[in-house]
Amino acid sequence: MVTGRPAAQRYVIATSALVALVVLLLLASLGIGPVRLPPLTVLAALFGGASDVQQIIVREIRLPRAILALAIGGILGLSGAALQGLLRNPLASPSLFGAPQSAAFGAVLMISLGLADVRSWALPVAGISMAFASVFMLLAIAGRNAGLLLLILAGLAISSLAGAATALVMNLSPNPFAALEIAFWLLGSLEDRSFRHVELALPFIIAGAAILMSQRSAFRALSLGEETAQSLGVHVSRLRLLVILGVALGVGGAVAVAGSIGFIGLVAPHLMRPLVGHDPARLLIPSALTGAALLLVADIAVRIIPSTTDIKVGVLTSIIGVPFFLYMIMRERRALGGGIA
Amino acid sequence: MSDTPLLTANNLNVTLAGRRVLQDVSLSLTKAHLVALVGPNGAGKTTLLRALAGLQLSTGHIAVEDKALADLSLRERAKRFGYLPQGHLVHWPLVAKDVVALGRYPHGGTDPARLSPADEAAVIRAMEATDTVGFADRPVTELSGGERSHVALARVLAVEAPIVFADEPTASLDPRYQLDVMTNLRQTADRGVLVIVVTHDLGLAARFADTVLVMSDGRLVANGAPAKALSDATLANVFRVSTFRATHGDQAVIIPWAGV
Repeated sequence: MVTGRPAAQRYVIATSALVALVVLLLLASLGIGPVRLPPLTVLAALFGGASDVQQIIVREIRLPRAILALAIGGILGLSGAALQGLLRNPLASPSLFGAPQSAAFGAVLMISLGLADVRSWALPVAGISMAFASVFMLLAIAGRNAGLLLLILAGLAISSLAGAATALVMNLSPNPFAALEIAFWLLGSLEDRSFRHVELALPFIIAGAAILMSQRSAFRALSLGEETAQSLGVHVSRLRLLVILGVALGVGGAVAVAGSIGFIGLVAPHLMRPLVGHDPARLLIPSALTGAALLLVADIAVRIIPSTTDIKVGVLTSIIGVPFFLYMIMRERRALGGGIA
Repeated sequence: MSDTPLLTANNLNVTLAGRRVLQDVSLSLTKAHLVALVGPNGAGKTTLLRALAGLQLSTGHIAVEDKALADLSLRERAKRFGYLPQGHLVHWPLVAKDVVALGRYPHGGTDPARLSPADEAAVIRAMEATDTVGFADRPVTELSGGERSHVALARVLAVEAPIVFADEPTASLDPRYQLDVMTNLRQTADRGVLVIVVTHDLGLAARFADTVLVMSDGRLVANGAPAKALSDATLANVFRVSTFRATHGDQAVIIPWAGV
């Protein structure tokens, strides 16, 4: 008979489980590091108990890092799900479209011009502007009803251009130390971040997330194609612009404080589809929570993987994300083959 | 039955890439009518349908009841028009019931899991009318082409709009599904809805429609009851075919027979 219950129930269960997982990972993120703290000590330190040293470790060193992992992972997962909904394509994600790479170019330009130190807002603003320009350019080049092949080729071109522009900035950098600083920054990391970084990124991430969430039911109508969605009352061209703006705000803000962290936006929605179904509106929140969980795990992992130098979290997400992307290409082989033929 | 026009268009013109796809099309259609829009490939049928639905910019004047289309917001239009495009496309493997529920989107029923009782009732009515209740919980991607066409039709009926546009709803369907779809649209018209169907099947048009509009090169060249609009002269000029004609009971039978 006609009921929507099972899907709705699955959604509630999956979302609650993910919230619990993210809370546990947050606690773990506050407890794990050179000084290991048990969960109860972490809680005590958070709320003013424990020793002064423990309070400083938890509140000033690890809390901003955990908040950033939560927010950045969340907005990357949400952006991926939103772009996949807008383009009706499971391979869409900010990093495949060159958004983080372009944001990184904007930020690197600011660093090399020395503007990042004087006015700290320069970094996120430059990152957001470049991310906006890149996604806008991608959709303009690929056109309204672009197929997979066109989108991916255009994304490849844009991320290559952003990479080349970044290389040029490093090439022209006044001294080798500046180039090295940029190179490490580009790898993507949450180490040594303070509440200053949280203040810098969080407003943009929240604004981006609010914009994307406000459009969620339109993604559902878009399942029937742009023309039908329009006939149902969705303002499709305005929706596109809002999604580009939301993704740019979120990804640009994230890249500005953490560098380039790839592939979470691609992986998170994909992991959620078997659990909550393919409804693009219902995928948004679980994808955001999964993105947050993935980045928290990755950021915990770089602290416990034994190595002589620190592994950057952006490197880790790409090392895991790219093989996953290859696996998805294999799964979508038929669609891709159709695109080429 | 009232004869005041429900949908009127005056001097519609559409130019796409320098080509005039619609030229000075004027028409006036009343409720509770099934209108078949026929014409050769490239005659401008889909463009006319999209222009009437406000999905294609056009010059000229379109009015729904006594309101100009241009003055209606996207949402007000969406409540007045159900639009069924070619191909019954669904991009994600959504379950059939959720696809049908999207028909309630213009009425605020944007979440299939949380429909109001009124929206839920409209969805059930549409699914019962199209005989799709049996696979309500199956993903549309697993359905046959015929079943999918019924789900698409149910989605349009769920809007419960006074005007329904359907662009080749019988294309690539087997004979039984073609008859089912046309019968459904006929019943919809009999319930008081103005239904405008683009079709290449002159036989279905002659049998099911109250009015046939014939288009050729962007112009409306015939407009009237099927037997009159689909005259031998019109068919020879527009489609370059001769026809076999008969009557079955009180229904007209027209079959394209040979090229002329």
